[in-house]
Amino acid sequence: MVEAFILSTVEQGVMTITLNRPDRLNSFNDLMHQQLAECLTQAERDDSVRCLLITGAGRGFCAGQDLNDRNVDPSGPAPDLGLSVERFYNPLVRRLAALPKPVIAAVNGVAAGAGATLALGCDIVLAARSASFVMAFSRLGLVPDCGGSWFLPRVAGRARAMGLALLGEKLSAEQAAQWGMIWQLVEDAELADTSLQLARHLAAQPTFGLGLIKQALLAAETNGLDAQLDLERDYQRMAGRSADYREGVSAFLAKRPPQFSGK
Amino acid sequence: MSELLISRHGRVLHLALNRPQARNALNNALLTQLAEALEAAAADPEVSACVISGGQRFFAAGADLNEMAEKDLPATFDDIRPRLWARIDAFPKPLIAAVNGYALGAGCELALLCDLVVAGDNARFGVPEITLGIMPGAGGTQRLIRCVGKALASRMVLSGEAIDARRAQQAGLVSDIYPPALTDEYALKLAATIARHSPLALRAAKQALRQSQEVGLQAGLQQERQLFTLLSATEDRREGIDAFLQKRTPQFKGR
Repeated sequence: MVEAFILSTVEQGVMTITLNRPDRLNSFNDLMHQQLAECLTQAERDDSVRCLLITGAGRGFCAGQDLNDRNVDPSGPAPDLGLSVERFYNPLVRRLAALPKPVIAAVNGVAAGAGATLALGCDIVLAARSASFVMAFSRLGLVPDCGGSWFLPRVAGRARAMGLALLGEKLSAEQAAQWGMIWQLVEDAELADTSLQLARHLAAQPTFGLGLIKQALLAAETNGLDAQLDLERDYQRMAGRSADYREGVSAFLAKRPPQFSGK
Repeated sequence: MSELLISRHGRVLHLALNRPQARNALNNALLTQLAEALEAAAADPEVSACVISGGQRFFAAGADLNEMAEKDLPATFDDIRPRLWARIDAFPKPLIAAVNGYALGAGCELALLCDLVVAGDNARFGVPEITLGIMPGAGGTQRLIRCVGKALASRMVLSGEAIDARRAQQAGLVSDIYPPALTDEYALKLAATIARHSPLALRAAKQALRQSQEVGLQAGLQQERQLFTLLSATEDRREGIDAFLQKRTPQFKGR
């Protein structure tokens, strides 16, 4: 019997992925990475999945890499940490970014190291009032991975990103919300309901169009205005051909609520 | 269903590789069909340019390995493929490759043979022959190094690793990148823009561009000037310049 380090359910268009190693604050080991990758494959292939909701089991969201799993031996030869970054974290971040569906992180508790950068890299981040983000990397002599060094300056601005990454101090969810690093701060008891409600709402929206919006905003992080204008033209051309655009216009003209198929 | 879908859009011929079950692998039959379609188009005065495309996920994923595996040294020596490639290469009008997804091995070589490559942002170009214990055999070592330079060409040929559309554009293999859903459409649009120009000027310009790969600069400049002079004897040249001066759209006749 293989342990289920990732729990996943699909309901009403929402795939809920629960990081499930509560006794280790849901920190990543190789098997957990593999199970998460399988869920992502399903999310990519299954058209009935129209929104992804990631959360943690127990009191934490995710404590990043499980150091016990890296066979840390202070007297042994230097480990190749690039290996797990290349094998697990980078594909994870790339796949979440490329997924043409919204990805919500419901940060239910402490998010540290790769757990924090994973959460902050999701499309919409909700955090419980008691949750916190810790850029723990610097305290071990490491560098923010799992997209951290790219996402942090973009969600927090360079000054705050530098402070957070270099000092490695705990950032409260409240402060993260004040700084505009996350979408919404929610009372602890309401996080599960609020995030699921939001996910179900998004899962009923024009998914194809939402996917294009997501890709456009990500592309804007590296494009110049000129290239971005071209991209807007191309994406609008594609969006205009979607079934949901037709449905949206017909519903508007007929003064009825639209029924989006996601196509 | 034919393995090569042929359609016409005004003066543009569109050839779509259609062997999805074999990821558009370029076997002899498909290369022959390509050569025949292009030869017919070369002789057709109503065609000014041609677009070759594949599917959304692959342009062409290589040659047909079963066909290749059967050939021993004498059979390879007598292989018909170099002649098929030469017939395709002899197409005298602008040839555009619209590449989505994988253009590998022979697929990459086909794209390199075209005058212009536009690509979907999901495109990948590579010559993985080395991983099979062989090497590119239809221009992969020659045309690639001429368009992307020694460093990248050697890396691709010797490692067998593919490059993505962005890298291919930076290196000069690809002229434009589009979302995959729009690649064919934009390629046809570009071909239509090209096809509005004088057919004779297009052929002469293509010939001059091709010769730049064959001869030294001085000889190339000389040939360019000869082709330029040739065009001065055409009706289309008068029409082109007249239309420009009179601020109207030229009506080219191919004479």
